[in-house]
Amino acid sequence: MQKLAIEAKGLVKRYGEVTALDGIDLDVRAGTVLGLLGPNGAGKTTAVRVLATLTRPDAGTAAVLGHDVTRDGHRVRELIGLAGQHASVDEDLTGRHNLHLVGRLLGLSRRDTAARAAALLAEFGLADAADRPVRTYSGGMRRRVDLAASLVNHPRVVFLDEPTTGLDPVARGALWDRIRALVADGTTVLLTTQYLEEADALADEIAVVDHGRVAARGTPTALKRRLGTQTLDLRLADPARVDDAAALVATVVGAVPARVGERLSVPVADGAMMPAVVRGLDDADIEVAELALHLPSLDDVFRALTTKAMAT
Amino acid sequence: MNGLTQCLTLTWRGIVKLRRHPASLADVVFGPAIFLVLFVYVFGGAISGSTRDYLQFVLPGMLGLMTLLATMGVGVALNQDVSSGVFDRIRSLPTLRIAPLVGAIGGDVVRQVVAIVALLGFGVALGFRFSTGPLPVLAACALALGFALALSWVWVLLGLALPNAQAVQGLGAVIIFPLSFASNIFVPTDTMPGWLAAFVEVNPVRHLMDALRGLMLGGPVARPVLITLLWMAGFVAVFAPLALAAYRRRSVT
Repeated sequence: MQKLAIEAKGLVKRYGEVTALDGIDLDVRAGTVLGLLGPNGAGKTTAVRVLATLTRPDAGTAAVLGHDVTRDGHRVRELIGLAGQHASVDEDLTGRHNLHLVGRLLGLSRRDTAARAAALLAEFGLADAADRPVRTYSGGMRRRVDLAASLVNHPRVVFLDEPTTGLDPVARGALWDRIRALVADGTTVLLTTQYLEEADALADEIAVVDHGRVAARGTPTALKRRLGTQTLDLRLADPARVDDAAALVATVVGAVPARVGERLSVPVADGAMMPAVVRGLDDADIEVAELALHLPSLDDVFRALTTKAMAT
Repeated sequence: MNGLTQCLTLTWRGIVKLRRHPASLADVVFGPAIFLVLFVYVFGGAISGSTRDYLQFVLPGMLGLMTLLATMGVGVALNQDVSSGVFDRIRSLPTLRIAPLVGAIGGDVVRQVVAIVALLGFGVALGFRFSTGPLPVLAACALALGFALALSWVWVLLGLALPNAQAVQGLGAVIIFPLSFASNIFVPTDTMPGWLAAFVEVNPVRHLMDALRGLMLGGPVARPVLITLLWMAGFVAVFAPLALAAYRRRSVT
């Protein structure tokens, strides 16, 4: 059993009538990545704010690296880094000045601050833009400087609150690489995201958060298995062969496909079914005009998990 | 020691921002100059008979007005820091809990000093002459700055309590205009109707004005300075606890 870097029990936070956290439990083993997955308003950000000592919980306890977040906030703040939509950098300052600001506030000497800032700017591919105001940065550069600013103190636990929301795929990929490098160095990461794909790409474990509680938790693979189905959609080039194709798909997949005109749609337990279907159709000389495998969307995840939670 | 470094660092941020933002620097440097030129040459002759006499009268008034207006910056800056997330960035670091407040106020002191120097410089260039010595003039600047700092707590409160920077500026104007116009900043108060004169009598700005004029042009200073200091103490006593409570509320939610 590895040591826990983050341990939260029964956290409750209410804002007036709204219950943001409804007795949530979270634990993250040291050196791993936990992805908090959920829609807006699920309580992800509130959970991060409590753990990063920015918000006091109404009930429950939480500790980061063994330090209580309410009683020992100062010690926690020395050990963590926070980046994302709610902890931002100053747009009027340059990237370098932002990192200087953080370094000096952390109590580093002028010389150490300058060295650390230069190293981080180089590491995050911001050396060329270092002396431009952040307001001139692209969305991806902004998130990178945000992340860099949260790493000045070499934190052992990093909170990333929707680090890539609103970024294009290239910028997102670049940020993912930075996060992976962080994890490779042994940093514990708590990541919130609305994207299943992002949690899948980065997290060792995923906690699906809904209405301020954890609706389900497991490795990405285990969660997907629990979700079961993906959908295989195909459209035939020749409408006359729909019957043949439907029979063939039913034999391969083991379920009768739904038919609309020359389109067939069938739930599959496993994406590996797709090549088998293609091979079968090819052998029978049935031409396919269009073929697509739909992963479960976040909506599907929620529907599936919340109904399951209600059924048990 | 660490706390001091943090405060200085945040004040440094204010200076860098001012330098980075030519628009806000222009606001601080040329705002007073434009006000001064307009008032002196538009109203001066009509009010005092000569622009030269009016310049002597209104420059200390402008010093007071500038510090009133500039204090709004604390509220606006603080509000921007809260909504942009810089506030939370600073609070997620192992700094003094009060650091973001100190940062906003520290940055503002820098703005104020720049504004005061610019205003007095322009005034002298236009022909204003101090009738006292350097020490009383420095005391006048210090008093104006101190008054601004005491008043900052009102802006800190508004900056934390209001939803956005526009609201802070809007409400700020509503507070500042009556306080400044219904006073002896721009004109002697003898011709005002009784009810307005009564308001002017209790307006703290009026006593600040008397003190500044006394310190820059000569005349009685002890009583107006004392009353101004009492007002400053009053502002701090009432608004600092309210602002700190708002800050604490903002900090835990």
